[in-house]
Amino acid sequence: MEPLNFFWEEAKSWDELVEKCRTLWLDPAGSTVRAWKQQHPGEKAIGCFPVYTPQELLVAAGCLPVSLFGGRGQVEIDHADSHIQSFVCSIARSTLELGLAGHIDWLDGFVVPSICDVARNLSGIWQHNFPKGFVLYLHLPQNVDSAAAGTYYRGELERLRDSLATLTGRPVSDEAVRRAIRVYNRNRALLAELFERRAARPAQWPVVHVYALAAAGNLLPRQEHNRLLERALVLGDANLCPQRDVVRVALRGAFCEQPPLELLEVLEEAGCAVVDDDLQIGARFFLAPVAEAGDPLMALADAYRHRTVLTPVNNPGRRSRSDDLLRRCQEKALQGIIFASPKFCEPALYDSVLLKRALEGAGLPVLEFEYEEKMTVFETVRMQAETFVESILFFSER
Amino acid sequence: MTSSYQHQGTGRDYQKNLLGAWYRRLENAPRDGTPVAYLFISGNIGELLRSFGFELLFPEVNALQCGIKKVSGGMILKAEDLGYSSDVCGYVKNDIGLAATGNRGPFGALPKPDLLVCTYSGCNTYIKWFEALAELYGARLFLLDVPYRRTGETQRQEDLDYVVAQLEQLAAVCAEITSRPYDPDRLSQSLAHSRAAEDLWVRILESARHRPSPFDAFFEAVFFMAPIYVLRGTRECVDYYEAAWKEIEERLRYRIGPVSEERFRVVIEGPPPWPHFRNFWELFKRWGVCCVASTYSKVGGIWDFGLRHDPARPLESLAEYAVNCYTNWDWTLRRQMLDRYAATYQADALVIHSVKSCRAFSVGQADVREYFTKTRGLPTLFVESDLADPRYFAEAQIRNRLDAFFEALEHRRLAAHRPEAARPGA
Repeated sequence: MEPLNFFWEEAKSWDELVEKCRTLWLDPAGSTVRAWKQQHPGEKAIGCFPVYTPQELLVAAGCLPVSLFGGRGQVEIDHADSHIQSFVCSIARSTLELGLAGHIDWLDGFVVPSICDVARNLSGIWQHNFPKGFVLYLHLPQNVDSAAAGTYYRGELERLRDSLATLTGRPVSDEAVRRAIRVYNRNRALLAELFERRAARPAQWPVVHVYALAAAGNLLPRQEHNRLLERALVLGDANLCPQRDVVRVALRGAFCEQPPLELLEVLEEAGCAVVDDDLQIGARFFLAPVAEAGDPLMALADAYRHRTVLTPVNNPGRRSRSDDLLRRCQEKALQGIIFASPKFCEPALYDSVLLKRALEGAGLPVLEFEYEEKMTVFETVRMQAETFVESILFFSER
Repeated sequence: MTSSYQHQGTGRDYQKNLLGAWYRRLENAPRDGTPVAYLFISGNIGELLRSFGFELLFPEVNALQCGIKKVSGGMILKAEDLGYSSDVCGYVKNDIGLAATGNRGPFGALPKPDLLVCTYSGCNTYIKWFEALAELYGARLFLLDVPYRRTGETQRQEDLDYVVAQLEQLAAVCAEITSRPYDPDRLSQSLAHSRAAEDLWVRILESARHRPSPFDAFFEAVFFMAPIYVLRGTRECVDYYEAAWKEIEERLRYRIGPVSEERFRVVIEGPPPWPHFRNFWELFKRWGVCCVASTYSKVGGIWDFGLRHDPARPLESLAEYAVNCYTNWDWTLRRQMLDRYAATYQADALVIHSVKSCRAFSVGQADVREYFTKTRGLPTLFVESDLADPRYFAEAQIRNRLDAFFEALEHRRLAAHRPEAARPGA
């Protein structure tokens, strides 16, 4: 088994760093997590189901949070078939498969946030099949405008914190949570910087490269990921590439289940510069830093209620998803929107209907298709994307 | 059942009349100036809304009516034309299709909402459904966030406090829309009616413990439960259950039931396939199957484990009720419920009807099948179709599975009763 090495410190070039991150991401069995556990005997690795889990509390409890994004196309569904129906999204099925087949036997626990009906019920399936493991279902408040939601969600966070303390046998202090908040604020700031550079110079910061760098954070201790990103920003600056004729697009729908990397490559090759996206959005969930002073649980609760990006699985309250997307289109000079929904993902499929209507009303071109984790043929998407790009380049006034 | 019986048919016919009258009130609501609130069956806090004078409309009930009257297919296609995916809930698409074609269904014309109350956040589809309606009608949407009921914990006070705080906020919204103040006495009176109806409904449900059962707790329950879901809290609802109980009492007295000869007693998990309801029922009747307990009859409230609305604690008991609808229970609680039903009602088998439309209901049912067949040794039949979309009902396939299942059960029973000497190898 490979020990957890700090490859980002050694990386000589942007391509080398990206390649290492890509390898890390395409290993759903998480050999780096296994290595981390070997180097930290007795410590716990806790799985977090997307979209958003307050990982700060896990870190404060001394655990390694590991975002579980399913099989990433690398896993055949075999054991999970008899426990979960075929009309369910790939991520739920392949995450369960990873568990049942023993690929992630390093997992000490699983936190499932209330993002959709499938995730909610998956927590029960998991509990039944891994009765000795720690499973915590976290209720993220939906009635975000109600003051009662703040008190309630703070209570939920307290419950998570105390359950983790029981699991590890160590109390979790407020100061430890504040320290973790600082680490995550730094991580979000670095990710924001990386994504801003990509939006400014998409050819220099290809979407798949940026994606792989961000994805590594799902499997590494977050303070190490911060160092990786700092190194990436330096190496990326030196990675000069000629600009291409592209259209600037936003990608929506991939907030939970992730598309195959090839799909992102195909979009880019077709001329779509994805400069705004919701890929692995949980790591970039807050629009402003979480308060680093005061009651840290209330700080996390307030951030969740008032300062999140809008996805199909958190409630906008007084805000409007359509207005938000239209505003982003303007701010980022977007020329089109791609709705890429995972097959069977109801929240994404419902939202795309309303968002499309708003975009079409504003005269913005829209492309829509569905994907699956195990998708291997991309020619139809390529053709659709090329047509989409040409129609914008040659016929659109934007 | 012959005409010499006095009460037979009451449960079905009376509810049909009540629902007809309710739909007429809805049709006339705009003319009468009655405010209309849309809400869901799960977490249905209708008593609170009615106390402000709202007439209640349940889009789910409209969808199932369209299903059973076989018009849902067209509505669903209409919604798919508008951009909805073939993989999303058929109830939602039925409703969107209905709204897009003038909001007139087999039940008459439907009024627009003055208020949308998403009474249950446990089903993400509900939230999406009402977000779409809020945009369509430009109506105000109140989202009642109902935390999931999790195992290993007694009812968490924080969950109830959170729901109560939101009910207080909802009351303020209702007062603003209707210009009527919140009247706790009026609400309490209504909850006293709810409680009386709940006592009677539980008595009807528990009558299925008898052998033979006088009542099919799935195929008949869907009719008998309608008033407690859509008219709960009214005097007419209590009257209905008093009359329905007379029908059940008479059946017990004369040992009559939904099948002429009860050969198998089953527990059913999952909703019915509305567009093929009758055909589906017939497949069971042919084998003398009576459903003695079902989970679908608990989607709008679980009262057979002791919960009741309480006039002395109006908002608190509404919160308790909302947290304890069937699909808001986690899988351990749901499994325990099925286990308890199988034992208490002496079931021979469990039947799971898994529907694609409702992931909140169905995701986890395959795991439950594993549990009952492998751990509990209870024969379990698993069939898949849909609650609204007629395209998913493959009758020949379902019939084959069902026939094979009950044939095997019958064979097992015969083998168990055969004298020792006659058994092969004995």
